[in-house]
Amino acid sequence: MYDTIIIGAGMSGLAAGIRLAYYDRRVCILERHNTIGGLNSFYRLRGRDYDVGLHAVTNFTPKGEKKGPLARLLRQLRFRWDEFALAEQVGSTIAFPGVSLQFGNDFDLFRSEVHKQFPRQKDQFEKLISKIVDYDDLNQEIFDLSTRQVLAETIDDPLLIEMLLCPLMWYGNGREHDMDFGQFCIMFRSIFFEGFARPLAGVRLILKKLVRKFRGLGGELKLRSGVDKIHVQDGEAVSVVLESGEELLGRKVVSSAGWLETMRLCDDVSHVDSSQAGQLSFTESVSILDCPPRDLGVDRTIVFYNDSEKFHWQKPSGLSDVRTGVICSPNNFAYDPDDDAQAMLDGVVRITSLANHNSWSALSEQEYALEKLRCYDDVLESAVRFTPDFRNHIIDTDMFTPTTIRRYTGHDNGAVYGAPQKRLDGATHLKNLFICGTDQGFVGIIGAIVSGISVANQHLLRD
Amino acid sequence: MTPGDIREEIIDILESIAPDEDLSELQDAPNFRDQLELDSMDFLDIVMELRKRYRIQIPEEEYEQLASMQSTVAYLEPIMKDMAKAS
Repeated sequence: MYDTIIIGAGMSGLAAGIRLAYYDRRVCILERHNTIGGLNSFYRLRGRDYDVGLHAVTNFTPKGEKKGPLARLLRQLRFRWDEFALAEQVGSTIAFPGVSLQFGNDFDLFRSEVHKQFPRQKDQFEKLISKIVDYDDLNQEIFDLSTRQVLAETIDDPLLIEMLLCPLMWYGNGREHDMDFGQFCIMFRSIFFEGFARPLAGVRLILKKLVRKFRGLGGELKLRSGVDKIHVQDGEAVSVVLESGEELLGRKVVSSAGWLETMRLCDDVSHVDSSQAGQLSFTESVSILDCPPRDLGVDRTIVFYNDSEKFHWQKPSGLSDVRTGVICSPNNFAYDPDDDAQAMLDGVVRITSLANHNSWSALSEQEYALEKLRCYDDVLESAVRFTPDFRNHIIDTDMFTPTTIRRYTGHDNGAVYGAPQKRLDGATHLKNLFICGTDQGFVGIIGAIVSGISVANQHLLRD
Repeated sequence: MTPGDIREEIIDILESIAPDEDLSELQDAPNFRDQLELDSMDFLDIVMELRKRYRIQIPEEEYEQLASMQSTVAYLEPIMKDMAKAS
């Protein structure tokens, strides 16, 4: 009998597991795949390492800072700041036709950019900042407000509104068209007030730290252990049945599979409304270059681009929508120059585009391979309008699509940020079943880890 | 354990919660919260660490006794005076 069974060895499940194991709970994490990480996993192809989810870690705060999610999670998981080996971004850009805004990890740069490019919005922008500073995480009513409405009431230049929404929706909005105001504030803080960083070794470094700590504390991790169902009796989850038929007993169960996906596992739930699933999925076009990207002038950490004045955040009707995208180079972080591993780093440019899961999953194997090539070309054609053209220097490519993301995350529609409706308290219809991760409310690597911690603290450690 | 031992143990717990923190200047009278910016999650950890290390159960309504070093040591002294120091 376990004290807690955790479904999914992504960032949130591992973080919850560490909290429980640290306080001597008997805990087991079940992972369907043969590796950990979920959305934030990694893979090896033709001798090269690739990250799946990670562009950058958000919420960067420097060593010694005591406030904010990064400092909090380090304390809660008993890590020293240095252990994540975070190197800061060199600088990022929001690029729209004819106007761009630079930003880095010092908020004053972004503020001065907005003041310079939108001089008549100076006071309005400051008013928005104070609303974001005042926003209280715990108030569900304010969380649910329409961001577009709040922005329209505060700022009267529509272009500035779109330029603010573009990066924040790209990095953490599971809702089409609009965004929950709470989510907007959380993302604004995590990207503009705090900032981007990355370990040189990528996401695998963070995952390895988490899993090593979890196991070191006596936690059990079972790979290749997909869950077939959560067995319910008298309003309580009593066991978790694996696809192999093995049944594991647990006093409490926490699932990072997603809200609908978890409901479907419960054997007392007969109908799940799949129309509540998230719709937004991505393709990721990865180019390996024969030189560091900055040698070609591709010197930004991240460029969020949009090719018209209106930013469209919605599921494309066809396979993909390349009008907007995110260009990221993992090379463009301020790594320690003495770290020899840096010389080993391939030049990499990753570009994310919006994509439609159903269209991609309907393709035959042959069509799929062909459409990937076609889409890759379209993506690069679109992106080089916002970054120097690097296409003559490509030596290898890879691309993943919504079907890949679905495979890694198990989310309906390969929805990267899960369902639009978040369940902030993590509670379900069963008193001993909880959810954590994407559908609980926090996204991104730091968000997911904080999600696992807070669900563990709130529901799993208080007895 | 003497009050001095208890203080040392609390410092050890705080060090494990906040490994990057310099605790050598920690004052006994002012609240932890004002000196270390601990949030409610961290307070839960002080309680949980005491339970983990010494099997001490602190009821939720008495958490406020742990606001500063002074009040914490005073609160724990009668409970811990007959305990041996954990290694």
